[in-house]
Amino acid sequence: MKKMLNKANLYWLLFCVGGYALLMGLMSAGIIDAVNQTVIQTIIVNIILAISLNLIIGITGQFSLGHAGFMCVGAYSAGVMLKQIGGLNGFFIGILIGMVINAVLALIVAIPTLRLKGDYLAIATLGFGEIIRIIVLNMDITNGAAGLVLPRVVDFTILFVFMVVALLIVVNFTRSAAGRACISIREDEIASEAMGINTTKYKVIAFVIGALIASWAGALYAGNFYVINPGMFTYSKSIDILVIVVFGGMGSMTGSVISAVVLGFINSFLQSFSNMRMIIYGLALVMIMVFRPSGLLGTREFKFSSLFKRFTKKKEASQ
Amino acid sequence: MLEIKNLNVYYGVIHALKDVTMCVNEGEIVALIGANGAGKTTLLHTISGLIRPSQGEILFLGKNIVKAKTRNIVEAGITQVPEGRRTFSGLSVYENLLMGAYLRKDKAQIKEDLEKVYERFPILKERSSQDASTLSGGEQQMLAMGRALMAKPKILLLDEPSMGLAPILVKEIFKIIEDIHAQGTTVLLVEQNARMALSIADRAYVLETGKIALSGTGEELSNSEEIQKAYLGG
Repeated sequence: MKKMLNKANLYWLLFCVGGYALLMGLMSAGIIDAVNQTVIQTIIVNIILAISLNLIIGITGQFSLGHAGFMCVGAYSAGVMLKQIGGLNGFFIGILIGMVINAVLALIVAIPTLRLKGDYLAIATLGFGEIIRIIVLNMDITNGAAGLVLPRVVDFTILFVFMVVALLIVVNFTRSAAGRACISIREDEIASEAMGINTTKYKVIAFVIGALIASWAGALYAGNFYVINPGMFTYSKSIDILVIVVFGGMGSMTGSVISAVVLGFINSFLQSFSNMRMIIYGLALVMIMVFRPSGLLGTREFKFSSLFKRFTKKKEASQ
Repeated sequence: MLEIKNLNVYYGVIHALKDVTMCVNEGEIVALIGANGAGKTTLLHTISGLIRPSQGEILFLGKNIVKAKTRNIVEAGITQVPEGRRTFSGLSVYENLLMGAYLRKDKAQIKEDLEKVYERFPILKERSSQDASTLSGGEQQMLAMGRALMAKPKILLLDEPSMGLAPILVKEIFKIIEDIHAQGTTVLLVEQNARMALSIADRAYVLETGKIALSGTGEELSNSEEIQKAYLGG
């Protein structure tokens, strides 16, 4: 067993704390203005969404287009609880409720549909996402199409902590024996079945974890951006998340993070072009996929250990 | 050890295996030869529980495993090296080998077996941290075999281990198969390369369009005129 606090983990910890301190400092000093703060908040929510979807699509290889549905459940659970109870307590109770609902929903969706493959699974999950949205649209407690107007209870610290925890869970899962089983299913379902792996079980596990983390993203969105309505959680939201995952490289968590950041800033930069925005955005995506068809990072991950290796190699070479 | 009785498998309306009856005794190498589409892979997949037969029995160590789940069949001691290697890219060579031992809980023993696999295939040790997709065809075949050995099988099902390999590598792979067999693993070998398969097999079956057409010892079949014509190029 490796020690919990080995060199690489220590550097990751420093990296996170440093990143947090830096962003916090820049914000309180006013160097990052309100607009860019919103961009950063959006990016954090998108990172959480992307890594949770990447676990399902990139690691386990199950093509799901229903992620907005899980986000929607998370957002509305937190939203309704914020209305009913209020404050951070309401928010956290909402998160818990959202996770419970999502776990049940994910199981209901996963057990029959994960027997399907490829396109069929995509269509089934797409349908699921829309069903959730329609249900929310027609309920009283969610205030229908008008949606909910909420107080802002989430600050940058909470967002950042949730992002780090989500990353920790997903990355550790990927590196565990269960994660290896998921990767083997992605690569070759028959071979992994022949190795004795219960493929359905691991597909369901990955799907449920992905759904739970997506509900955090929804809750954070609701607690941070004042307004939620069903129109935000259409299938095009699922596709937005998918774009981040594909763009960063399916199976690479580092890729998802980088791509959420890059796309976040491209998006905000393009705000000033109004009508041309989607055209340029689309064109940028096409160009990137032409030149890097497996995404920014492919399936590679950034590791401190390989960074060290590179440094020590250089040293050896120069000696 | 493995006894197959009147096995019938259908893909929709296609009758892929017709009343197949065969057996593999403990300690044997049994070869199953036949042309493309004869049903060889179907038979292996049915044994492994990846395909369900509509009729028939498969007895392993006296127990009927026709309705068992694949993982239970693997646990019982039947492991397959699938056709075309099917190693897991995205995982390192070492991780691929660990996948083979997925159902085992005896950690110390797994470590020991890993060393044994590395000893048998030194190239895998050399490349242990490399992604499996970066290996050559021959190395991938070795990895697939090593992965199967990690499950500690009582009987190893090999599906076309020679496929797509250079003749010199085919020889090497067959030597390894004989070696694995010599160390006490029973082998059921499916091959299109009939000459090589018959040369190491104790007994062999010939599968033709889903039926067992012939059977006998490796030598008998190698010398049979029919086989010479159909599979050994005159």
